Amino acid sequence: MIPFLSWKNIWRNKVRSLIVIAAMTFGIFSGLFTSAIFKGMSDRRVREAIGKEVAHIQIHDPKFLENPEIGLTLPDPGGIVRFADALPGVKAAVGRLKIVTMINSSAASSGVTVYGIDPDREKEVSELYAAVYDSVTLAEKLKLIDPSVVRTYLKDSTGSWFAGSLRNPVVIGESLARKLKVRINSKIVLTFQSADGNLTGGAFRVCGIFRLENNAFEEMNVFVRKNDLAALASLSPDESHEVAIFMKEPRMLSQTMHSLRTEYPALDVMDWKTLLPDVAMLDDLMTVSMVVIMVIILAALGFGIVNTMLMVVLERVKEIGMLMAIGMNKLRVFNMIIVESVLLCLTGATSGMVIGAAMIGIFGRHGIDLTAYAEQGMEAWGYSAMMYPALPWNFYLIVAALVIFTGIAASAYPAWKALKLNPADALRTE
Amino acid sequence: MNIIEINNLVKIYDDRKSVPVTAINGISLSFREGEYSTIVGPSGSGKTTLLNMLGGLDEPTSGTILIAGVDLSQLKSREVIDFRMRNIGFVFQAYNLIPVLTALENVEFIMHLQGRPKAERMKRAKDLLAQVGLGDRMNARPGKLSGGQQQRVAVARALASKPKFILADEPTANLDSRSAETLLDIMEKLNHEEKITFIFSTHDARVVARAHRVITLEDGVVRSDVDYPEH
Repeated sequence: MIPFLSWKNIWRNKVRSLIVIAAMTFGIFSGLFTSAIFKGMSDRRVREAIGKEVAHIQIHDPKFLENPEIGLTLPDPGGIVRFADALPGVKAAVGRLKIVTMINSSAASSGVTVYGIDPDREKEVSELYAAVYDSVTLAEKLKLIDPSVVRTYLKDSTGSWFAGSLRNPVVIGESLARKLKVRINSKIVLTFQSADGNLTGGAFRVCGIFRLENNAFEEMNVFVRKNDLAALASLSPDESHEVAIFMKEPRMLSQTMHSLRTEYPALDVMDWKTLLPDVAMLDDLMTVSMVVIMVIILAALGFGIVNTMLMVVLERVKEIGMLMAIGMNKLRVFNMIIVESVLLCLTGATSGMVIGAAMIGIFGRHGIDLTAYAEQGMEAWGYSAMMYPALPWNFYLIVAALVIFTGIAASAYPAWKALKLNPADALRTE
Repeated sequence: MNIIEINNLVKIYDDRKSVPVTAINGISLSFREGEYSTIVGPSGSGKTTLLNMLGGLDEPTSGTILIAGVDLSQLKSREVIDFRMRNIGFVFQAYNLIPVLTALENVEFIMHLQGRPKAERMKRAKDLLAQVGLGDRMNARPGKLSGGQQQRVAVARALASKPKFILADEPTANLDSRSAETLLDIMEKLNHEEKITFIFSTHDARVVARAHRVITLEDGVVRSDVDYPEH
């Protein structure tokens, strides 16, 4: 009956309660939506980084990342791939050659890392192929009526993921293409030191240009067929500098890492968090930051609740005196005020969460387009200018718990004031 | 049989900021079970102070109050609240109903505090409201009831806990004469038929006229204590 009485008490002064509820609704909605934008950005960055850049796990020779010498290949990379493929939770593993080279076009040159990959195998596991502008993608983007017809006529002229008949095809990033002033079918030259110590190089034709949200990755990495690179580097196509592992079940990452480290103690087995500490740190900090945002908002709202609940107690001194007189003990009086405050907060918070969830759902599907304002700046840091707000469901539970805590904390002082009332004195008040 | 024993009761208000005021100055009284008594006296004579101490709402400076053999001064504050809930009913001058609850819920509320089951609460609350003539206004909130009706709800609420006695502080002060007479008829009937003990504090001659015992206070002492068995 105490919660029933507390709930009825809220609606004694409808205007005042509705103002508090509106403030709580707006505060919770703002906090959730802001958190969802940051969480969406972070999640997208992590997804992009894993799916298109580093994979979940990479295995190298222990010295390779420090000093990527061409001779530091993995022992029996095929065996590592087979072992990893057989682990539960793993989608697939791929072996790659990875060589630091100079890339030259007729207009410019740059230092890049060239990956020698098996395009078909890579397509099965990595999402990078989807970032290549091919004719169908372009036709869809340009809203042409039948993209497949466009493909028939344009064939690979707008680029593809290693499809077509070009000799020594290479896929490069859009930023690098811009820097080198090259386009599809342009010739570029890769120059590097081969495994036998000689300076070597080869001409490649740009067969595809990929577009990511990370300009730095676009500019620093190019992809060629493993056979082509191995031939130039005096390596066997069976050799690999890196085995990249993609997880089907990301939650089994640490278990997979443990199995790999146990099996290959002499090799460097690193997860994406170690490979991209900035992204990992942001991901780890995101939940804490979101909670901090909510705590700040709720603390500000809490002061308003303190004020409201103090007014509630001061307005009802006589009634509280009567309740004490007829036998309501102090704990019940205290609870009545606390519950009233918590219900007031939860009413506002629930509407804020419903509106927030709806808006996050809508913008999460359609995105918030900031390309007109911040595309270059954000992509320079690896973030998309298209924001897709997202929030895990358990964050709503955390917010609900924080709201309940706020309701209790904000009404503790007013409730304590009520406890200090002497029923005889309280009954005498007008 | 005496239900209340007051021995040499003294109450001095001393807030250390102003001159101490002696509100009750050495009163000794007793009340029998089933009495219909009235405490009268001018403003400031100590009526409300005495009633507050009888109800355990205020503590005496010295002296003792025994209610059904229990010395209130020996109880902890938590025990006093519990004792009050189970043994004493209150009717206040300003009705003091909970405005957001219906008449039925107001009567039921104290039984909820006592931890009685819902079915029992509902039955007793309905019976009591019918007894005070409000069987058809059970679902009305206090704001929709007249002053007299509200005070009748307050009487039903006071009876709900099955108290040993009811303290009524100026219960008719805010009522018109017709409502006051109706209320007094109900309380007198309850006293006569169910032996409910009533102790009034009042200025109202209509209450005094019906009382079986009139205690006059003046300056915190009993000036007279007269029985009217013929009432």
